[in-house]
Order: sequence, then C-alpha cells, then structure tokens
Amino acid sequence: MIFDQIFFYLFSAVLVAAAVMVVTSRNPVHSVLFLILCFFNAAALFLIAGAEFLAMILLIVYIGAVAVLFLFVVMMLDIDFSQLRAGVQRYAPIGAVIGVILLLELVLVVGGWRFSASAPALRLNPAVAGISNTDALGRVLYTQYAFLFETAALVLMVAMIGAIVLTHRDRRRSRYQNIAEQIARQPADTMTMLDLPIGVGVKQLGILRPKPKLAALPAPAEAPVQLASDHRVPEPITRVEG
Amino acid sequence: MGFFTTILGQIILRLLETLAVLVPLLILVAYATYAERKALAAIQLRKGPNVVGPFGLWQPFADAIKMVMKETIIPTGANRALFIMAPMITFGLAMTAWAVVPTGNHLAVADINVGILYLFAISSLGVYGIIIAGWASNSKYAFLGALRSAAQMVSYEVSIGFVMVSVLLCVGSLNLNDIVLAQNGLWFCIPLFPMFIVFFISGLAECNRAPFDLPEGESEIVAGFFVEYSAMSFAMFFLGEYANMILMSGMTTILFLGGWMSPLPFVPFTLIPGPIWFIAKICFVMFMFFWVRATFPRFRYDQLMRLGWKVFLPLSLLWMVITAGALVAFGWLPHA
Repeated sequence: MIFDQIFFYLFSAVLVAAAVMVVTSRNPVHSVLFLILCFFNAAALFLIAGAEFLAMILLIVYIGAVAVLFLFVVMMLDIDFSQLRAGVQRYAPIGAVIGVILLLELVLVVGGWRFSASAPALRLNPAVAGISNTDALGRVLYTQYAFLFETAALVLMVAMIGAIVLTHRDRRRSRYQNIAEQIARQPADTMTMLDLPIGVGVKQLGILRPKPKLAALPAPAEAPVQLASDHRVPEPITRVEG
Repeated sequence: MGFFTTILGQIILRLLETLAVLVPLLILVAYATYAERKALAAIQLRKGPNVVGPFGLWQPFADAIKMVMKETIIPTGANRALFIMAPMITFGLAMTAWAVVPTGNHLAVADINVGILYLFAISSLGVYGIIIAGWASNSKYAFLGALRSAAQMVSYEVSIGFVMVSVLLCVGSLNLNDIVLAQNGLWFCIPLFPMFIVFFISGLAECNRAPFDLPEGESEIVAGFFVEYSAMSFAMFFLGEYANMILMSGMTTILFLGGWMSPLPFVPFTLIPGPIWFIAKICFVMFMFFWVRATFPRFRYDQLMRLGWKVFLPLSLLWMVITAGALVAFGWLPHA
C-alpha cells in the first residue's frame, strides 16, 4: 500500500528532525520533550513494521516511565547558560575526538555487516499466521531464551537494590506514622465516659492527651474530672494523672 | 456498500465511526460535571444546580458558554507554546484512548490485538499534560502540584499494571474484546475481588481524584498544576479530568464488570443492546467515584505513597502469583 510508505517516511522524517532538535535545542526541557517525540515516532515505525507489542512497550516503558524521570530531573536543574557555553569551548576538542571515534566505529561495524542468506526471506514474512505478536514473543522468550531473560531480570534487580542501598539512609529525625498502632487504638485508651446528674457540668483538667501505655500505669486512677456546682467555690484545679 | 470499500469511503467511514464514539463521550463528559454536582449535593443535603433549565439540566452548557467568554491569561515568563499545549495533551489523550474501547461485541473503532496495553500506555501518558502545565506556568505552586501528581501517577501505575497482568492471565489475550468475552458467565470482579478493589482505588489515584487529589490540594498549593490557567484552557483541564474518570470507569468495566454484557444472561436483560449496558456500568463506577469524593478526607502525601508502594504493590504482586499458580494447578489456563 502506498499509505504505508507515506506514513513510514512521515514518521521517519519527524523522528530524525526531533532527534536533531534534542541535541540542538537550548532549553534542556525542550530537549527532553523532543526526545519524547522521537520515542513516539519510533513506536509508530514499530507499528508499521507489524511489531505492535514492541511499540506499546516502547510507549509504556520509555515514554510512560523513563522520560518522565528525565523530565523530572531536568526541570529541577538550575541552569546557567553562560557557564554552559564556557564549558562548551573548553570541552569541544575532547567531544570532537570522542565523536570521531564513535563515527569510525559505526563505519567499521556497518561496513562489515553481512546479511545471512536466510535473512531476506525471513524479513519478507515476519508474522507467523495465526499467532499474534505477543504470543510469538512469549513462546521464545520463556522457553528458548529463558536463561538470558532471567539473567537480564536479575541484573536489573541487582541494579535496583544497589540504587536503594546507596540512597536510602535511615534519617533519625524523620517521624514515621505507625498505621497499625493508630488503627489498634481503642476509644477507652483516649477518653473517659462519665455519667453525671443533670445541671452539673464537667471541668476539663489539664491538657487532653492520649493516656500513657498500660504498662506505665501504676494503678487505675480516678477519672480526671471534677464536678462543678454553683454552690461551691471552685477549688484550685490540679491535674490528676489518668 | 460499494462506496465504502474505496479508499475515500474507508476514510469517511473511519471519521463517522470516530464521531459516533466522540459525540456521546463529550456529552457524557459534560453531564458528568452535572452528575457530580448533583450527587455531591444529594449526599450533603443540598439541592445542587437547579436554576438553568429543568432540574438545572442546562448547567453544563451555561458553564461552557461562561468559560468561552472569559479571557485567556498567559502569565509573564510562562512558556507560551507549552502552556497552551498542556491542556490539549490532557484532553486529547483522554479522547484518544477511546479508539480501542469496545462498546459492544466487536464494536470498537480499532479492534487491535494489544488493546489493553494501548489503554495502559495512553493512561500513563496522561502525566505529561500535568507535568508540562506545571513547568510551563512558571509558578511554584503549579510546579509543586505537577511534581506531586507525576510521582503519584507513576507510583499507582505500577500496581495497575500488575492488576492488569492478573486479569490477562485469566484471559490469555491482550484484546479487549476477548477480555470481555472471557467474562461470559462470571465477571472477573468475583474471582479477582481484591484486585478489583486495588484497581478501583488505584484508578482514583491515577485520575487525581479525592481522596488522592493532592496535586490540586487547594488548602496548600492553591489549585495545584492549573493555578495559572483560565477560561478555555482551564475548562480543558477540568473536562479532561472527567474524561479520564470516564476512561478509568470504562477500563474497570471492561476488566472486571463484564464490559457490554448484561448482568443476567436471560431474556428481558439480554434484549437491551450492549452499548447501553456498557454506559450504565460506566455510570455506576462514576457514581462510586463521586461517592468516595463526598465521603473520604484527603490523604496526606506520605500516606498516599505508603498505600501505593507498601500495600498495593506487594498485594497485587502476591495476587498475580496466586492467580498464576491456581491457573496452572487446576488446569484452568486459557490456552493450555
């Protein structure tokens, strides 16, 4: 179909243009946004090639998670552009050398590339009839390549644990909320019910706070209230522990 | 039918199909705002909107006209292009997701093989509208709201992903149509009940709804990521939130409540067409959203993170393992 080709070239052109903008745009946030555009177009190219599962995973993992973190970090950078430009002049030669080396490597790799004899035939019928993309991937990933797959997962796991160990410190000053303790709290721990005659009020004594733990209590104390009536001169209020 | 097999005919047909999904969706979004106000009012013993039209039914249109008439203000120092783009991204994504949602048997604009992954991807992209809005506004409140929202959505996506995996294990397909058909006779909300609850609560957090509406915590950060927005750009965020809620309700319906299928598989119920059941179930889940908003106080941020990472993530992981184990042990695997 001609549409396939039109869309292929459209997405490829946008992909390349966005990739150029990633490198050249001045504002790093714009760079990341162009990178996201790049990912999007790459996903579209995967879709045209019939690799729908890969396209969706690219969207979910790279755009939905990785690029969000990039954006997170880059947005919080405090960038001084004049300093950045001074750095460019100093590091330009090193950058140029690395660039040339990478280019040479690329040329060597691509120059030595040979298609195996069976590759073009495989390329012409990428999809096995009756098996969806996801199904086909799952069949090889968890059987033939199970060892490699699990190893990759383990490497990621180790990296994750390493990151947590490096960054997580127990900060003594931070206050944690013990949810289990809060839920286990009973009304009787914090309040006292009183049965009073009509017309007699209750004066609050001291500050209300949770009762101390049962172990700390020496003996069941009197209720921390004092009956107030009009005929009596109120006695000086004393705090009764309870 | 000859015309619709030509290329032009196909394009026109696709456009008509898209309109057939979008127009009812937009009406639903407009009336979701009205329904929420009415539901909250009823719960709080008030009357709610009752002035414009019978029972206040034209209130959404009055609001829309008011929003259109207002002046759009772009703050100084804001990044103009991104500032205007952000609400469009939020609203556009919420609409785009509906391309794959089946409202009846094989009744979707695009009945693709990886439908559920597509929905997951689109809902995980929703964070961009918010984070770009927060950054482009050049305001600290907006930025704080955006950061909160991004961290929250990324956290709850993880458990949503695992819940989806345990549903997919029972179905054996990523196609939304197959997922609904697999629930013929027994909706997944019964065997996977804990995951249904986890999904619903994570959905609340994913939509930034109460009790997880910290991104717009009006008591601390004014209105969060859209403080600086006014007029139509504000309206797009506002409607985008409702569109996202409807999408999340739709996902809940498809994954757990049997999609378009009638709850009782005999005659008076099966005569009602699928799309009507689908909309009815969406409205039910939406009502749950409103009900929760009227009932629960807002979570604190550390409580929110604790719930996401320390409760839902282990629970959904464990349930996924249990589901897989049960399927293998009893020979219930869909493709075995």
